[in-house]
Amino acid sequence: MDQKNPKNSQTLLEKGFASIKGAGGPDKADGKPSSFPLKIEVQDLNFYYGKFHALHSITMGIPEKKVTAMIGPSGCGKSTLIRCFNRIYELYPKQYATGEILLDGRNILDPKEDLNLLRAQVGMVFQKPTPFPMSVYDNIAFGVRLYERLTKDEMDERVEWALKKSALWKEVKDKLKQIGTALSGGQQQRLCIARAIAVKPEVVLLDEPCSALDPISTAKVEELIDELSADYTIIIVTHNMQQAARVSDFTAFMYLGKLIEFDSTEKMFTNPMRKETEDYITGRFG
Amino acid sequence: MNKVEGQTGESLVRSGAKGRIFDVVFANGTKVCAIIVFLIIVAIMVSLIVGAWPALKKFGPSFIWSTEWNPVTEEFGALVAIYGTIVTSIIAMLIGVPVSFGIAIFITELCPTWLKQPIATAIELLAAIPSIIYGMWGLFVFAPFFADHIEPWISDTLGNLPFIGPLFSGPPLGIGVLTAGIILGIMVIPFMASVFRDLFEVVPPVLKESAYGIGATTWEVIKKIVMPYTKIGVVGAIMLGLGRALGETMAVTFVIGNADRLEESLLMPGNTISSSLANQFTEAVGEIYTSSLIALGLILFLLTFMVLAFAKYLLVRLTLKEGVRT
Repeated sequence: MDQKNPKNSQTLLEKGFASIKGAGGPDKADGKPSSFPLKIEVQDLNFYYGKFHALHSITMGIPEKKVTAMIGPSGCGKSTLIRCFNRIYELYPKQYATGEILLDGRNILDPKEDLNLLRAQVGMVFQKPTPFPMSVYDNIAFGVRLYERLTKDEMDERVEWALKKSALWKEVKDKLKQIGTALSGGQQQRLCIARAIAVKPEVVLLDEPCSALDPISTAKVEELIDELSADYTIIIVTHNMQQAARVSDFTAFMYLGKLIEFDSTEKMFTNPMRKETEDYITGRFG
Repeated sequence: MNKVEGQTGESLVRSGAKGRIFDVVFANGTKVCAIIVFLIIVAIMVSLIVGAWPALKKFGPSFIWSTEWNPVTEEFGALVAIYGTIVTSIIAMLIGVPVSFGIAIFITELCPTWLKQPIATAIELLAAIPSIIYGMWGLFVFAPFFADHIEPWISDTLGNLPFIGPLFSGPPLGIGVLTAGIILGIMVIPFMASVFRDLFEVVPPVLKESAYGIGATTWEVIKKIVMPYTKIGVVGAIMLGLGRALGETMAVTFVIGNADRLEESLLMPGNTISSSLANQFTEAVGEIYTSSLIALGLILFLLTFMVLAFAKYLLVRLTLKEGVRT
């Protein structure tokens, strides 16, 4: 481990970050996100809510098939940033972004970008579970039907696959015809994750996916994130430091609309470069 | 410490006692208000039945399907008015529901922000226009225009079709069942559009976002998310609109022609229950005539009651089909 400041790292670990993902050494020598193959490259991104300048020239590269966590105090722009990755902000007037976001080298901020296809490629799960007012089965089939024409059998298979992938199959296999809103909160959230991955996206955006869940459901969702990272690029916004430490390979710390530091999770939680990062992670912030 | 506790405890007891008395008064007051509703319904029902009794006794159940309405011979039947009421309301719904839907969806989903308020205000203004103004406009402006430009076209084209042809043939009079239905449609639009709009606006934005988030188009979001989410309210709103159309009096009286004959064609004058009542009560002489009109009123009352009951039944079935809701 590259530790310039072993004392500091120990205090961090004592604070409950005993399970930092990838502790023991990242895959590449320096562990920097930029030394991995990148899925998304953000270049000089600025975002505005009307006149309010919410993101200040963000530049970062998000590695492929890894989990990247966004941390920072409320209002720092982490959710705003991930809402740029599928351009969901465009539903609201007066919100706009400048700069470039390259997804596999293609600028998705280009006005000519097909939003529906983009959103099939970049799935999103929200803070609160948002099951659609339809059956569990249709909740998942809904998104798939938008892009693919599957036979009944293929669709059954896909629904089962998505539910198994999101660790929900055992609990709902007998309730597929029941309305999705009748599930428990934790199940609803996993249903939403199943729905997001059923269309086989390449990137999954998770906007505080566990903030409305109990610890057991949270643990299940975290396990799920770990499993999904084998196939998907995952970006998770979280207020829970421990969660960021547990599930992510890389962590970005944002403050007041600026990207303060972005590095491997291990480095961020043991030996951050910037004072602000350290203060925030250790809870001395303010 | 103890002293402080004692003080708060004491003041709690005092305010509690005061609160309890107020609570009792308040609870009983609201109970009385609620009971009054039942009393009024029962009272209206009873007085309608008592008033209608002579006619019902004389004509029996055939009152409902007789087309005869002759004050001179004192032979009365309700079918013409029932038919007119139902047909004008159906026409009104056929026009009103899709248009209101379109307005509400445009305002909530598609409209640029600066245009939202003006449209919403315009709809509220439309709703505030008294029905007699609609009636006057229908009689003096819409009916002549309809007779000169649209009815000839309708009877030339639709009138020649098989099966539905007879519904659309006849002289272009301007006033008639179709005109009344259209005016009624225009009248229910502002009401239904604003209820639909309120319904669509309570769909949680995150729900729409997550549908857009997996790449659904606006149409898919409306069809698969907004409509199912609001369907119970939508059914309710349609039924309320239908109730209004069934009972609307003045505007219909102006443009329906008030003819007590059963005509096949929608272009011909007809009558509705409420316009019969409005037109004829003042000139009704004799017990049977008056009683027959009251019997018409009773039928209208039962008709709206049935519409409401049907709406309730529909809602129960919708919720049952969905299984358990939490």
